[in-house]
Amino acid sequence: MTDSAVELSNIVKRFDSFTAVQRFSMSLESGSFVTLLGPSGCGKTTTLRMVAGLLDPSEGDIRIRGRRVNEVPIHQRNLGLVFQNYALFPHRNVFDNVAFGLKYRKVSKADIRQRVNNALELVQLPDLGRRMPSELSGGQQQRVALARAIVIEPDVLLLDEPLSALDANLREDMRIELKRIQTQLGITTLFVTHDQSEALAMSDKIVVMRDGVVEQIGAPREVYDKPVSEFVAGFLGAANIVDARVHELDGDNVLLQVDDLGMIPVPRARCPACAPGTAVRLVLRSEHLIVQRADEEHSHDGLYLSARIATVDYQGQAIRYFLHCGKHTLQALNMLDGPAFNEGDSVSLKVRHRDAVVLETPR
Amino acid sequence: MSGWALLRLHAILVYLFMFLPVGIVVVLSFNASQFGSFPMTGLSLRWFEALWHNEAIMRAFRTSFLLGTLTALISTTLGVLASLAMVRYRFPGKQAISTLLIAPILVPEVVLAVALLLFLRALGLPKTFPLLILGHVIFTMPFVILVVQARLASMTSHVEEAALSLGASPVQTFFAVTLPLLGPAIFAGALFAFTISFDDITGTLFWKPGGVETVPTQIFAMLRNSISPEINALGTVMIVLTVGLPLLGMAVARRVDSGRHH
Repeated sequence: MTDSAVELSNIVKRFDSFTAVQRFSMSLESGSFVTLLGPSGCGKTTTLRMVAGLLDPSEGDIRIRGRRVNEVPIHQRNLGLVFQNYALFPHRNVFDNVAFGLKYRKVSKADIRQRVNNALELVQLPDLGRRMPSELSGGQQQRVALARAIVIEPDVLLLDEPLSALDANLREDMRIELKRIQTQLGITTLFVTHDQSEALAMSDKIVVMRDGVVEQIGAPREVYDKPVSEFVAGFLGAANIVDARVHELDGDNVLLQVDDLGMIPVPRARCPACAPGTAVRLVLRSEHLIVQRADEEHSHDGLYLSARIATVDYQGQAIRYFLHCGKHTLQALNMLDGPAFNEGDSVSLKVRHRDAVVLETPR
Repeated sequence: MSGWALLRLHAILVYLFMFLPVGIVVVLSFNASQFGSFPMTGLSLRWFEALWHNEAIMRAFRTSFLLGTLTALISTTLGVLASLAMVRYRFPGKQAISTLLIAPILVPEVVLAVALLLFLRALGLPKTFPLLILGHVIFTMPFVILVVQARLASMTSHVEEAALSLGASPVQTFFAVTLPLLGPAIFAGALFAFTISFDDITGTLFWKPGGVETVPTQIFAMLRNSISPEINALGTVMIVLTVGLPLLGMAVARRVDSGRHH
C-alpha cells in the first residue's frame, strides 16, 4: 500500500504476564484522521505509545511511510505528540516551546521565526510568543502544544486524549479547531479518546477497542449504525439491548419474538443469517424509541408498545426517559418539543424497528 | 490553666531548652571580656578577629569548605543519576537498591564510621583525603536522592517524551528539559550535602588522615585544651553558615520557581 502513512501488523504488547494489546493490525491512510476509542485499560494508549516509539511491541511490525520503525528510537521517527496534560516546557516561553523541535533540525534562525509564527497563527495565538506557559489558560496551552507538534511537519500526529483536560464548552471549540487544522494541513492523525462523541465527530475511521482487542473498525456512521457487538453498541451512544428469538422469516422482514414486547419485525438485511429459532440480541438505540401520549394516533412505520415512565432526566435540548415496558427497563432519548411527560405517566412507546440492529452471536 | 495553655507552655520550655545554649554562645561571642559571664562587660568583635588570625582555624575552614564542596558535587551528581534510575526506569532488584541507597541515614553514624574504617583497614588502604570525601558522600547522598526523587516523581515524564518526539536525543532531552526542571531540587540537595558534610564530626573523626582538621574537629580539639571565647565566635560562624545557607538556598529556589510562573 503506497498511501498508508502508518501501518501496524499483528502488534502484540505484553507486560509481564498481562497482554495489553492483542494482534492489532490496521493502516492509517495518508491524511486521514483515525481514532482509537475504548474505555480506560483497553490498550488504546499503549498502541499509540508503540507508534510513538515510547514502548516496544512484543511482536509485530510498525511501519511509518513504508519504513519499518520497530528499532528506530522516538527522536528519529519525526512525530508530533500531544498529551492530555499539555506537557509544555514550563521553563521556556511559548515561542521557544514551539521552536524546540526546529532547533534539532537544520533550520535557519530566520526560518525558525517564520515557521513558529505561522504555527502560532494557525492555532490562533499569534501574539503570545513571549508568554510563559503558566500564564496561559488550559485551552491556550493545548493550542501551543499542538503548534509545537505540527511545526516540525511530522509524518504522523499522535494525540493522546488532548481534549480531556478541558472543560465542556472549551472542549467542543477545541474539537472543531483541531479538526479544522488537521484538515487544512492534511496531516495523518492518530487520536486516542474514551469519548464517543469526540470520536464520532472527528474521525474518518474509528477503531473500537476493548481489553486489548479490536472490536470493530469502521467509519463513524458504520460503527454507530451497524455495531458488530454488544460492547460496541453499548459504548457508542445509549442502547437498549434485549434478548430475542427469531420467530419466522416473513418476506423482507424477520420477525423477532421478544419477551414482554411481542413481535418486532426487522429488515432481513439486518440479520442475513437468521433462521427460525435462533437466539439473538436486539439493539434498540435510545433515540429510536419515541415516547408519545397513549392516545396519540399510530403511524405505520413503527411498532407501538405501552409503557410507564419511571425516571425523567432533563438535559436541556433533549430529555431522557427511563420506561418500564413489561419486565424491561428501556431508555428513550427524545428531542424536547412541547411539554414533557412526568414520572408515572402511562405512554405509548414507538419503536422504529427499521433502525434496530440484530446481533447474531449473543454473549 | 487549660490543657492547651499547658501544652503551649511545655512547647516553649522545650524550645528554650534546645535553643537557649545556642543563643548564649552567639551572645557571648560578642563579649569583650575573656571570661564568659553575665552581665557582659562590653561588645566587641575581637574574638572574630582572633579567629581570622588563627592559622589552624583558617586552615580547618579551608579544609571544611573544600571537603563540603567536593562532597556536594560528587553526591549531587551521583544522587541525581541514581534518582533518575529509580524513578524513570524499571530494572531487577530496584527495591533492594533503593533501600541500600537510603540505608546510610538509617544506620547510626558511628556504626557506619567504624565499618568504613575497618573496611579500609582490611583493604590495607591508608586514610587519605579522597577517602574522607568518599565517606561523606556515602551519608550525604541519601539526602540528595530523597529531595531529587520527590521532585522527579511529581514531574510527569510527558515533558521529556514531548522533547524526544520533537527530535531531541535522550542526552539532549536531559540537558534541555530534565535538568532545568530539576534545578531547584538539585540545588537544595547540593546545599543539604554541603551543610551536612560541613558540620559533620563523627565520621570525620574516624576517617580523617593525621594532620587534617575540619572546623568541627578543630573545635573539638580546642575544647580539649581550654574553653576559649574564640570557640564561641567560631560557633557563631558555623551557625550562620549551616542555618543561613539552606535558608538562602530555599529563597533562591523559590525565586527561580516564581520567576517561572510570572
